[in-house]
Amino acid sequence: MTMTSAPEPQSPAVQLLTPEGELVNHESYSLDLTHAQYKYLYREMVSVRRLDQEATALQRQGELGLWASSLGQEAAQVGSAFALEKNDFAFPTYREHGVAWMRGVDPMKIMEVYRGISNGGWDPLEHRCNSYTIVIGNQVLNGVGYAMGCTLDQSDDAAITYFGDGATAQGDVNEGFVFASTFDAPVVFFCQNNQWAISQPSEKFVKTPIYKRADGFGFPGVLVDGNDILAVIAVTKAALDRARSGAGPTLIEAFTYRMGAHTTSDDPTRYRHENDLQNWKLRDPIERLKVMLARNGIADRNFFDAIDSDADAWAHTFRAAVRSMGEPAPGSIFDNVYADRHEALDAQRAAFIDYHEGFADSGVTS
Amino acid sequence: MTTELTIAKSLNQALRTAMEEDSKVLLFGEDIGKLGGVFRVTDGLHKDFGDHRVLDSPLAESGIVGTAIGLAMRGYRPVLEIQFDGFVFPAFDQIISQLAKVHRRTNGSVKLPITIRIPYGGGIGAVEHHSESPETFFTHIPGLRVLSPSDPQSAYSCLLSAIRSNDPVIFFEPKRRYWDKGYVDRTQSPADPWRARIVRTGSDVTVVAYGPMVKTALQAANASEYSLEVIDLQSLSPLDDRSIADSVERTGRLVIVHEAPGNLGLGAEIAARIGKSCFYTLEAPIERVTGYDIPYPPSKLEEHYLPDHDRILVAVDSVMEA
Repeated sequence: MTMTSAPEPQSPAVQLLTPEGELVNHESYSLDLTHAQYKYLYREMVSVRRLDQEATALQRQGELGLWASSLGQEAAQVGSAFALEKNDFAFPTYREHGVAWMRGVDPMKIMEVYRGISNGGWDPLEHRCNSYTIVIGNQVLNGVGYAMGCTLDQSDDAAITYFGDGATAQGDVNEGFVFASTFDAPVVFFCQNNQWAISQPSEKFVKTPIYKRADGFGFPGVLVDGNDILAVIAVTKAALDRARSGAGPTLIEAFTYRMGAHTTSDDPTRYRHENDLQNWKLRDPIERLKVMLARNGIADRNFFDAIDSDADAWAHTFRAAVRSMGEPAPGSIFDNVYADRHEALDAQRAAFIDYHEGFADSGVTS
Repeated sequence: MTTELTIAKSLNQALRTAMEEDSKVLLFGEDIGKLGGVFRVTDGLHKDFGDHRVLDSPLAESGIVGTAIGLAMRGYRPVLEIQFDGFVFPAFDQIISQLAKVHRRTNGSVKLPITIRIPYGGGIGAVEHHSESPETFFTHIPGLRVLSPSDPQSAYSCLLSAIRSNDPVIFFEPKRRYWDKGYVDRTQSPADPWRARIVRTGSDVTVVAYGPMVKTALQAANASEYSLEVIDLQSLSPLDDRSIADSVERTGRLVIVHEAPGNLGLGAEIAARIGKSCFYTLEAPIERVTGYDIPYPPSKLEEHYLPDHDRILVAVDSVMEA
């Protein structure tokens, strides 16, 4: 069994907000937000964490088949998504609940996926947020292709693709780097290094820091404190600006920590120290923004209390809605397999309906 | 208007027509630009349509298919070239896990009208990985459509239909027949490429083939003492078993021919379906003439692997004498 302590980033990560909640300057990056925006970011991170906590609990209660927790990664997800323009397109993995939330995806649609109601839920084109991609790394190439299309359209739109440290071993991620570099695609590669590929610590398979790999592909890489939402926004905005200018892709390594298990099917006590978790709790992305807001008089106790009670009220409604979710008609398994008419499948569907209608009270409809 | 064209040139004409009628059609693949592809199917298109319509890709097949999915999400209609049959496998993950499933996953919101052209089959004296027939892997996958033309006319109409389809289409081109000539009518409405077509009528035995084996089946029909009805499937998925059954209802005998290994090949599926639908009409057990269940052999031995008209005639004799 491998036990490891959490490795520090090997060079200073971009940071604008320390773990102690202190605002600091950086020589290359700065961020100018209004007080309202700071408070908005805080509220969104709290909301996303609450969504994650509720979903974890619902899985334990048997209401979801599985849940992949985003706990601890709220700054990386909410911050990077905040940096996007409305027309930019996000390509998430299955853990980017903060990104989906920020793109306006109805959380109930995310629940559909983990409850086993659908495999996608929302309309990616409406939200400019792709369906969750479960195969590791596939979405990186899809995002690069989308960005290539933005270039062909001579548009200012850009794409952002999410992936984890584990995915950097995948061919698709590395091919994505090559294709993006070849075509100067306006894409941001946003890697959340949460340090764990299920049970494998990233230090085991990442011998060169992830952000430095960009050198070999011919575009810049930047390391950012992934638990500092302000730094995440600043570096993501800069990368998107660069993409829009036609200069090509950027690789961002957001150094963070997977506070929870890989998924609800995982048991991290078998492979990592409790000490690591405690260590990373001190760098919590939400707490440090809260301290900054309070210390600088941007928000007071009333604000924080109101956010918490709003989250409680939301969670109450959310739980009830998940528990009462309906199930799609069995005949719908034949829906949308093809875009154009498919007679053979139509015949299979008809036979399926006919078979089930042979049973009294089957309840099966097309 | 009818023109005599090779299959390669006919495919080239179909690409040109598709690109002229829809500005969102773009070509993407290895060496398809100035070189015109290793088989010259895209010859001249880069010159006439430019860098933004004909894109040379890096040498990575998963990258070609994976980025094409993103291009399609952006509204493009990519036509991809995989250089050889044996090189499609790095792209298999993107094809199976994404391309085939996105429309279903997104409840129909995202269409992926992508055509993947793959030269396939043996008979050209090539090195390993350049002579394979991997069509069964794709016909097995819900969400994909699979076409394979056999002559210049079907090459033209099938490729146009593939590109116009709103579903992903895997398009298998019979590479050993690329230089075969035939007359192509580009004005008349083509026969439905999603249907099998009778390329020679006959009364004794139905011979079903597709792609490169259609010509071989026609050679057998010319040499046979019996009257063979030769059916060209064109569409491998969906499978037009109704047209095959109609023919077998008349002949009572069926021989299925393909280059791919027989085990779980398309012939097995056809035999199962016809064995059921024509059970009371069949006069003899259904025969299959296929590649053997071995890796494609070195080129000096490939003639022993490839079904030829003699093997078809033996199968015909077998069903006639049963």
